Amino acid sequence: MADDACAGSEGPPVGSRRLELTGWGLTAPTAADVVEVRLAAEVDAALRRPHRRGIVARGLGRSYGDAAQNAGGVILDLTGLAGFRWFDPATGIVVLDAGVSLGDLLSWSVPRGWFVPVSPGTRHVTVGGAVAADIHGKNHHIDGSFCDHVPWFELHLPGGETRTVSADTEPEVFWATAGGMGLTGVITTVALSMLAIDSAFMRVDTERAVDLDDCMARMEAGDHRYRYSVAWIDLMARGRSMGRSVLTRGDHAVADRLPAPQRADPWRYRPDAVASAPPWMPTGALNRLSIGAFNELWFRKAPARHIGGIESIPAFFHPLDLLRGWNRIYGRRGFVQYQFVVPFGAEAAVTEAVEQLAAARCPSFLAVLKRFGAGHGMLSFPSPGWTLALDLPAALPGLGRLFARLDKIVLDVGGRLYLAKDSRMTAHMLEATYPGLGDWLEVRGKLDPTGQLRSDLGRRLGLSA
Amino acid sequence: MRDALGSVASVLVLGGSSDIGVATAAELVSRGAKRVVLAGRPSGRLDDAASGLRAGAEVTVVPFDADDVASHAATVGRAFEGGDIDVVVVAFGALGDQEAAERDPAVAVALALTNYVGALSALTVTARLLRDQGHGAIVVLSSVAGERVRRSNYVYGSTKAGLDGFCQGLAAALVGSGVRLLVVRPGFVRTKMTAGLAAPPLSTTPEAVATAAADALVAGRGVIWVPAAFRYVMTVLRHLPTPVFRKLPF
Repeated sequence: MADDACAGSEGPPVGSRRLELTGWGLTAPTAADVVEVRLAAEVDAALRRPHRRGIVARGLGRSYGDAAQNAGGVILDLTGLAGFRWFDPATGIVVLDAGVSLGDLLSWSVPRGWFVPVSPGTRHVTVGGAVAADIHGKNHHIDGSFCDHVPWFELHLPGGETRTVSADTEPEVFWATAGGMGLTGVITTVALSMLAIDSAFMRVDTERAVDLDDCMARMEAGDHRYRYSVAWIDLMARGRSMGRSVLTRGDHAVADRLPAPQRADPWRYRPDAVASAPPWMPTGALNRLSIGAFNELWFRKAPARHIGGIESIPAFFHPLDLLRGWNRIYGRRGFVQYQFVVPFGAEAAVTEAVEQLAAARCPSFLAVLKRFGAGHGMLSFPSPGWTLALDLPAALPGLGRLFARLDKIVLDVGGRLYLAKDSRMTAHMLEATYPGLGDWLEVRGKLDPTGQLRSDLGRRLGLSA
Repeated sequence: MRDALGSVASVLVLGGSSDIGVATAAELVSRGAKRVVLAGRPSGRLDDAASGLRAGAEVTVVPFDADDVASHAATVGRAFEGGDIDVVVVAFGALGDQEAAERDPAVAVALALTNYVGALSALTVTARLLRDQGHGAIVVLSSVAGERVRRSNYVYGSTKAGLDGFCQGLAAALVGSGVRLLVVRPGFVRTKMTAGLAAPPLSTTPEAVATAAADALVAGRGVIWVPAAFRYVMTVLRHLPTPVFRKLPF
C-alpha cells in the first residue's frame, strides 16, 4: 500500500524535494525531485515506476559538470545508503553500500592497515560514483583504474530487477557500467579489493623540472619505479620556463624505515580540513596576478630535488580537501575543469595545449600531468598516454574559443575528454573520441529499454533522452 | 541543455516575426543553438524570418496569437513538443497610437491586451512548462518607457511598466526552479515597430539588443539596459522632480 502511495508517473515521488543542483564546478544549475535513499529497496521502488523525465543516482556531487543532474526528473541521493557490509582480512575485499565515501572508508581502513586501491584527488566521492566514473589516481600507470579492483557490484535496473555483476560473469554489463556515468542502472553495493599498507605515511621524491620537455622526460624515465606519480605544471609560466613543473612520486612507507617521529605512531591518520573557503568570492578575485603569484610561490618553495621525504596520506593524495568548499573560490559563475588524454607518441599535442594555455595567459592554478596505462570500460576515460587536467573560471572571456582549440588538438591525435570532468563537450566530440560508444549504447538499450535512466550530461551528449 | 559556458541548444521566440526576437534567435544560433521555434501569427514576414534562420538551425513555425490568451496553453505547449527549450524569448508587442488611445478607450485596451495581458498569460504558461522541464531561461523585452512613464507615450509605457513589474515578481518566484528570467530594457530600437519615427539619442538596433541579451544570459544577469548607458540615464530620470521631468523635451 505504501508503495502505491508513492505516486505514479505523474507527480513527484513522495518524500522528494525539488532542489536546484549543480556539479562541483557550480555551472548550469537545474532542478530535480531529490529522493534521499536509506534502503536499497527504495531504489527498487523508485526504479519500478516510470518517471516523465527519468531518474539517475547522485552521490557527493563531485563530478565537475552535469553528470549527477536530471532537470525536471528524479535524483536518487545515495549518500544515506552508506553501510559497511563485510570485510575479509585474508583477501582485503570489503563490501560497501554505494553511498560510502572514500573518506569514511579510509578513516576505518587506514588504521587497520588497508588503503583504497585507487584514490582520486579528493576523499569526498562515493564508491558508487567511483564505479560510475571509473575513476583513476596517481597510480594508474601501475594499478589501472577503480573498476580494475572491483570484484563485483550490485546493479538495480529500471523495472526493479537486481543483478550481481562481475567482469567474469557479465563482462558487457560490467564494462558498460564502469565509467557508464550511472546510465546503465543504479549501483547500490560495491565490493572492493583493498591494498595492504605498512604505515599511514608516504615516502615521496620531489623534483623540479625546468620546462615541459624536462618534466615529460623525467616521467618517462622514472615513473615505473614509483606506484604513485604526478607532475604539477605552472600553466602561467611562459617563454623558456613554459611548462615548469614539480614532480612528486612515491609509495607507501614501510613502518620500520620511518624517521623516529613518525615511527612512534606509524598509523597516525588525521584527514580533517584545516579551513573553509569563504561562502562567496567576487567573480574575478582570482585573476592573472593573484594566481600567478601563487604559482610562483609554489614553484619556488618546492625543493629542486628531495629524495625520501615523508608525507601524510592527506597531504600526498588529497591536498585540496584541506580547504573545504574550494570550488567556491572562482566566484558565482563557477569553473570548468578540462581533462584530456592523448596517446603516447603524441607528446607534441601536450606541448601544443600547454602553449595555447600559456599564450592565452589564462589565470589557471597548477595543472596536473600524469601517464596512464590501459583502460577497460566502454566509456572509461583512461587509455595509454598522457593526461592533463586544469581548472579555469567559467567567466573567463573567450573560454569557449580556447576550449574549441584544445578540443581540436585532442581530436586530431585520437585523444579524448573525461566525462566526470566535462561540462561543455559536444555530442559530436564524444562520438568521435569514444570508440566504445556504439557497444555501450547497445548494452544500455538492453538494460534500460525504455530509457528511464537519464541525466543532464546524457541529454547534452546524446547518451540518454 | 545549456552547457557550463552558457551555450544553448534550442530557442523559442514568442512573437516570431518581431525584429528583436528574430535577431536574438539569430544571435543564439551564431553561438551554437541548433533548433529554433518561431511562434507567431501566420504571415509572410514570419515565413521570411524562418527561412532567414534556416541557414544555421532547424526551424519550425507554430501559430501563436498573443491576444488570444485562451489559446496560449495549447499553442505554447505545442512549441515544446519538439523537445526541451533552453531559451524562450517573449518578444511580441506593439507601440500603438498614443493619440488614438487617448481618444478611444478601445485602442488603449487593445494595446494593454497585447503588451501586458497577453505577455502575462504567455509568461505564466511558459514559466509552468520550464518549471516542469527543470531548466531554461526566459528573455522578456520590456522597455525604458516603462521605468518612468512619459506624457508622449504613456499608454505604451504603462503596459511595459506593468509587464516589467510582473517579471520582477516572476523572477523571484522562479528562484530554485532551475529557470532564470532576464528582463531587457531597450531604449529606442530602430525596427519595423518604430519605422517612421525620428530616432532620439541613444537609439539602438535589434542586433545590438540581441547581442546584449545573449551576453547577459551567459553572465546570468537579471536585468539589462540597451544601450548599457540607459541604466544610469534612467536612474537620473527616475529621481527627477515631476515638474522638471515634464519639461524634458521628449
